[in-house]
Amino acid sequence: MIWVDTVVQGILLGGLYALFAAGLSLVFGIMRVVNLAHGDLIVMAAYLILVLVTALNLSPLIALLLAAPLMFAVGWLLQQLVLNRTVGEDVLPPLLVTFGLSVVIQNALLEGFNADSRRIGAGSLEIASFSVGPITIGVMPALTFATAILVTLALQLIFYRTALGRAFRATSDDPDTASLMGIRPGNIFAVATGLGMVVATIAALYLGMRANFDPTIGPARLIYAFEAVIIGGMGSLWGTLIGGIVIGVAQTVGAAIDPEWQILSGHLAFLVILLVRPRGLFPAGGR
Amino acid sequence: MSTLLETSGLTAFYGDFQALYGVDTTLAEGETVAVIGANGAGKSTLMRSIAGSVRQAPEMIRLNGTPIGHLSADRVNGVGVTLVPEGRRLFPSLTVEENLLIGGWRSARSGPWTLEEVYRLFPVLKDRRGNPAMALSGGQQQMVAIGRALMSNPKVLLCDEISLGLAPVVIRDIYAAVPSILERGASLIIVEQNIEQALGIADRVYCLMEGRITLEGRPGEIDRAAMHDAYFGVQA
Amino acid sequence: MRYRVQTGQGGSWIVALAALVIVVVFAALPFFGSRSLMQDLFFVFTMLTLAQFWNLLAGYGGLVSVGQQMFVGAGAYGVFAAAILWGINPVAGLAVSAVAALVLALVSAVFVFRLNDAYFAIGTWVVAEVARLSFAQWKAVGGGTGTSLPREARRNMWGADWVEQVTGLRAAAAMDVVSYWLALALVVATIGGIYWLMRRKTGLALAAMRDNPQAAASAGLNAGRIKLAVYVISAVGAGIAGGLIFMQNGRVSPDSAFSVIDWTAYVIFIVVIGGIGTIEGPIIGVIVFFLLQSLLADLGSWYLMVLGLLGILIMLFAPRGLWGLISGRTGFALFPIQRRLFIEERED
Repeated sequence: MIWVDTVVQGILLGGLYALFAAGLSLVFGIMRVVNLAHGDLIVMAAYLILVLVTALNLSPLIALLLAAPLMFAVGWLLQQLVLNRTVGEDVLPPLLVTFGLSVVIQNALLEGFNADSRRIGAGSLEIASFSVGPITIGVMPALTFATAILVTLALQLIFYRTALGRAFRATSDDPDTASLMGIRPGNIFAVATGLGMVVATIAALYLGMRANFDPTIGPARLIYAFEAVIIGGMGSLWGTLIGGIVIGVAQTVGAAIDPEWQILSGHLAFLVILLVRPRGLFPAGGR
Repeated sequence: MSTLLETSGLTAFYGDFQALYGVDTTLAEGETVAVIGANGAGKSTLMRSIAGSVRQAPEMIRLNGTPIGHLSADRVNGVGVTLVPEGRRLFPSLTVEENLLIGGWRSARSGPWTLEEVYRLFPVLKDRRGNPAMALSGGQQQMVAIGRALMSNPKVLLCDEISLGLAPVVIRDIYAAVPSILERGASLIIVEQNIEQALGIADRVYCLMEGRITLEGRPGEIDRAAMHDAYFGVQA
Repeated sequence: MRYRVQTGQGGSWIVALAALVIVVVFAALPFFGSRSLMQDLFFVFTMLTLAQFWNLLAGYGGLVSVGQQMFVGAGAYGVFAAAILWGINPVAGLAVSAVAALVLALVSAVFVFRLNDAYFAIGTWVVAEVARLSFAQWKAVGGGTGTSLPREARRNMWGADWVEQVTGLRAAAAMDVVSYWLALALVVATIGGIYWLMRRKTGLALAAMRDNPQAAASAGLNAGRIKLAVYVISAVGAGIAGGLIFMQNGRVSPDSAFSVIDWTAYVIFIVVIGGIGTIEGPIIGVIVFFLLQSLLADLGSWYLMVLGLLGILIMLFAPRGLWGLISGRTGFALFPIQRRLFIEERED
């Protein structure tokens, strides 16, 4: 029975990793670039929510509603002012610029908030739980998982049911022809990055409520997100959710064997899947 | 007839290679102009320059007298000049209907062309509206490409090699749509390698060779020998 | 049509002579320079070595890696494990460093070469993390907290006795001198080796692969094999540098040996600021880096922010770096690897 419990906890943890990854997957699907600062931007959003919660004494949910449009603006401006200058055939500029950004954000947060661990207080929600048969499920992990499903569903709808989604896909297919149709690819990219940041902010809320965070944990979140995207199959949104679950389950199972193995076993699961299914479980094109 | 679009002294470069050497053309309201020439004569470059894919000095291209040469492709589309690109360039991730809808992305400029009107022009597309665009035959794909461009309700429609690689009967079907397009207020520039096709449909013809206009005239008035020279170069 | 292809340029021999003089002066430094100067130069030489190898990977090979710390770490643990477990002299232990890096390179290549471009970058980061976490489980060399190089291993370091006798320095300083000479030898061999490699067909093949992969493939270049070779060479180079850095340091821990900031972020900034895709770039970059560090190191995180911003600005507005600005104006190259075609006569 303990193994069932471990796997269930792993699936729920996977919801958090899927939230980290959803924004990355969205942006990759449209621009074919990876933002190496994605994890640091999530941490930055967590600090933004923390400031809103503590300084204005807001509830975390209200803080999220305020932080999300702000982070959209951050993403939009970042794309328009910086990243759009790096779009092109050469993969070096976007990688190196976002890597630089990662270092800048981390150290700016260190300077602004010092290296202490913080947490977004969620009151009684933090410890609330319910039982399903013999298994006890925390309300917070369950909420995280439900949110991951809702976010994936919402992104899927935007992608396949709206004019914006059409423009996303058209620009992803062929930016030159899209511009002939009156679409400005740079604007579409900016909206996509903004949307990715909104998802990152949702991820940040749960990151901050579930555990302690400090300015240096961004790169590890980027790595989890990246692993989820690759396991799921690049550019497949539901695949990314599954990828997050795989990492989550691998981590809890590893931790059940030896707590020191938690992180390592998540990475090893990723490497094994990379070896046997290099294009991921649900490669794009087969959706 | 008033001049709708004109190029004056239009030059274009790809790196060190010069593709156009001072091309002067005009297009009047309601007119159909054909540009003919051999491979590499600069026809596609001319189209891409007008459409904004190749940026130019502002005054080299004017629409209703307003310089537009410096505008980016999306802005050129916004002022009413839309290109049907060579090779169709449909969006593979989109269905037929989604491809058409993308053409109407800038909803600011309304006009006669709607989804229903495009389906009336090319009824076969309505049956296949939900199919991925690339699942269609070449001729049907070309119809999608034309319909997609029409959805922006252009004042000027630029057609780059729309008969390339298609069977004669299919070409006839596609060119049969031209009168309806003109009726609804668009003017046309058509690039063709197929001289007969071009002469059959155009009010005026420009012959382009090695980046220069070598001949201009009305189809009925052009001397065939002169056209041969203008197309292939004068035999030395 | 007759033509000749030339890689050199007029005045090459002056540059070569100047380089020789500089190396000789550096080599003689222990006899008149201060110990702190040698320690600074040791740092500069090892960082420059890492930068040259990262530039070989990313600038010439098009393989952006964020995981070079894996090889630095493997090299560091190579020296320590050899000394602690098998009593191997640390200087000889550098060979163990090279082998450790070689093995990790071959194993990790199986994984990371399944990924392209940006995904390759994060893939290298993941395997480096796996390596860090795995080495932290190795209790014999200190596990998660790390360990020190045994006193007798440091004492017996090859060459230290001789240096003591010749210079009259104390033992600790003599060991610094040995490390310094090794670092100098490593950086000279690295620059010379890469220069030699780029002037051979390899350089041409790499350039062709970056400019036009399809054409290069159709010309019979096996891109996969060449890229793998570049990956492995860069790994071994970083491994030896890592062994040397931590041999001089005397202490190793998983977090310091596998630090992404110290062994990859700094290195990337050095290359980007100096000029990616040139041999001169990393040299300029490491000088700028050292000056910035001397000026700003007290400012802590501000220093990294400045470095990051500088890297971003250079990538956006001068993607060929400081050296690109210099050579773009003057056409000058210290290490000419561009091939110039001279058409001598033309038959029309």
